[in-house]
Amino acid sequence: MQTPMTTSYQQPTARGYYGEFGGAFIPEMLYPNVEELRTQYLEILADPDFQMELQHLLRDYVGRPTPLFEAKRLSERYGTRVFLKREDLCHTGAHKINNTVGQILLAKRLGKKRIIAETGAGQHGVATATVCALMGYPCVVYMGATDIERQAPNVARMRLLGAEVRAVTSGSQTLKDATNEAIRDWIANPVDTHYIIGSVVGPHPYPDLVARLQAVISEEMRYQLLEKTGSELPNFVVACVGGGSNAAGAFYHFLDEPSVRLIAVEAAGHGINSGHSAATSVLGTPGIIHGSRTLLMQDEHGQITEPYSLSAGLDYPGIGPLHAHLGASGRAEFISITDDEALKAVSECSRLEGIIPALETAHALSALGQLGAGPNDVVVVNLSGRGDKDLETYLKNMDKLV
Amino acid sequence: MDRIKHAFASKQNLLNMYFTAGFPSLHDTLPLAKALVGAGADILEIGMPFSDPLADGPVIQRSSSAALANGMNLPVLFGQLQKLRAAVPETPVLLMGYLNPVLQFGMEAFLKKAAEVGVDGLILPDLPLDEYEEMYHPLFQKYGLKAVFLVTPQTSEARIRRLDALSDAFLYLVSGPGTTGGTTLPDVEAQREYFERIAAMNLTTPRLIGFGIANKTGFDQACEYADGAIIGSALIQSLEGTADASAAATRFVQGIKN
Repeated sequence: MQTPMTTSYQQPTARGYYGEFGGAFIPEMLYPNVEELRTQYLEILADPDFQMELQHLLRDYVGRPTPLFEAKRLSERYGTRVFLKREDLCHTGAHKINNTVGQILLAKRLGKKRIIAETGAGQHGVATATVCALMGYPCVVYMGATDIERQAPNVARMRLLGAEVRAVTSGSQTLKDATNEAIRDWIANPVDTHYIIGSVVGPHPYPDLVARLQAVISEEMRYQLLEKTGSELPNFVVACVGGGSNAAGAFYHFLDEPSVRLIAVEAAGHGINSGHSAATSVLGTPGIIHGSRTLLMQDEHGQITEPYSLSAGLDYPGIGPLHAHLGASGRAEFISITDDEALKAVSECSRLEGIIPALETAHALSALGQLGAGPNDVVVVNLSGRGDKDLETYLKNMDKLV
Repeated sequence: MDRIKHAFASKQNLLNMYFTAGFPSLHDTLPLAKALVGAGADILEIGMPFSDPLADGPVIQRSSSAALANGMNLPVLFGQLQKLRAAVPETPVLLMGYLNPVLQFGMEAFLKKAAEVGVDGLILPDLPLDEYEEMYHPLFQKYGLKAVFLVTPQTSEARIRRLDALSDAFLYLVSGPGTTGGTTLPDVEAQREYFERIAAMNLTTPRLIGFGIANKTGFDQACEYADGAIIGSALIQSLEGTADASAAATRFVQGIKN
């Protein structure tokens, strides 16, 4: 099968711009670190030895390729052909490990001795702690004090894997602040430390690096679709977007196939206009967050505001610059789904397909009813993670689930 | 008159004092400026508070959050700074802050306002050098504002030379790895090597050392290698919980300068 050549949608400019979004707005203290990464990542990613080691780990450790499952009962329910890309079956239960496996190999080749990461819901923290255990790296994960309370099982997993989880008490004590604190750690440890960022956010080259490492998702989709439908191209690809790493991976090899409609699903929280939402593409305006020019939620004076979603993996106040560009250019369509709608999708997917999805993923599933897809259309939903981590939330909301 | 150039030409061992606008109280900005200069500060660096100050440690983070909670923002700050030159007629004044609030205000509107109230220069640590050179340098020049750039122990010689050529104020030598107000003891040998390496480069721009300088000893050491030093977090700490911010600021500067 032929994957398309690198083009403008996939590839940012030399300075990391996707249209008007991206760049590297970083203080001088970060410049040498980011510059080292920027000048080396493409060469390392292209190195045959690196690729051999990466492919080996993706297959035997992560469990790739993940299945593309035709969800017959969901298909019947929505009157279209629904396929689920089973990233929930990856080791550690979500797509996050595609990125951390790649970045730990990159860190090794850069000669780094220590790994740091930020985490919100804890999935990226667990995926980072996992590969650090595998490779024998000391690992520090920054996590907002509020999230540590909300996500106790993932905190326990990280500690069991040997990572140090540092509680972040600055600001709103959630993902945004954990990211700030990881960046400050990197400033303080400019030589020996690699920062494994968890999404397609941050200064260039991170958005491109993480997108390339997640692109395996859509690379597999193409040949799996060919096998199952006779065409590499579906009519729709649907993925949830917080920072946007699973969406970037699911969209990547379809970005330059204009016949494929790309649907990015954001968390509306209590509703777009409720004041408690994380729908950045609607509520955000251009600005700079974590070293990237993108859409973000901010007040009129440029202070970054705190988003809300019941899902801890979607309550990031920005989106990756690639997604900001896909939205602005019209290449992707953005839909937003409320907490309650997502919870309904959790129960629907659980009962119709026997798959309990992560709350983040349920936002993407909930969009199925809004696509207007016909009986001959092929819709791929990226099932980015499994719901085990959300059981407590599901138990608390049983009335909305049943 | 170029107040920055004049300060470096006429004095040695310059003390640049940083404080966060709107902290500890919203309207402390000018009284603090006056007190710091009255006690002997040679340059003032007024921090524009931001919700997510990436290069700052816990002390300046706290003062920034408090200032924002007090109601500080750029329109309020510029309102206060209308009387800046009545309060401190001769002293060079810099505004320091992160790019996002400036961009929301509008870069040109911001530069125009800053020049109108008598600000001399700007420190915008997350403004990329390339973007400054290509997009904003002409605007800075149009409004007569100087740009201050940061240098760290990891900054390459070629990049230092580029910053030196581009700067029309001074270079801000970050003393070592870490955010502002660092408490870990510096590796003195590594620091000496770094300061000496830069001193030997015969740069044309004056240099001030900042980050982690908290007292007279630190200030005096910094002055051995550069034209002076920048102190921020230690001052902010002395303002926390005080009833009379101006008196605390005066005492602090007297402790450094005497």
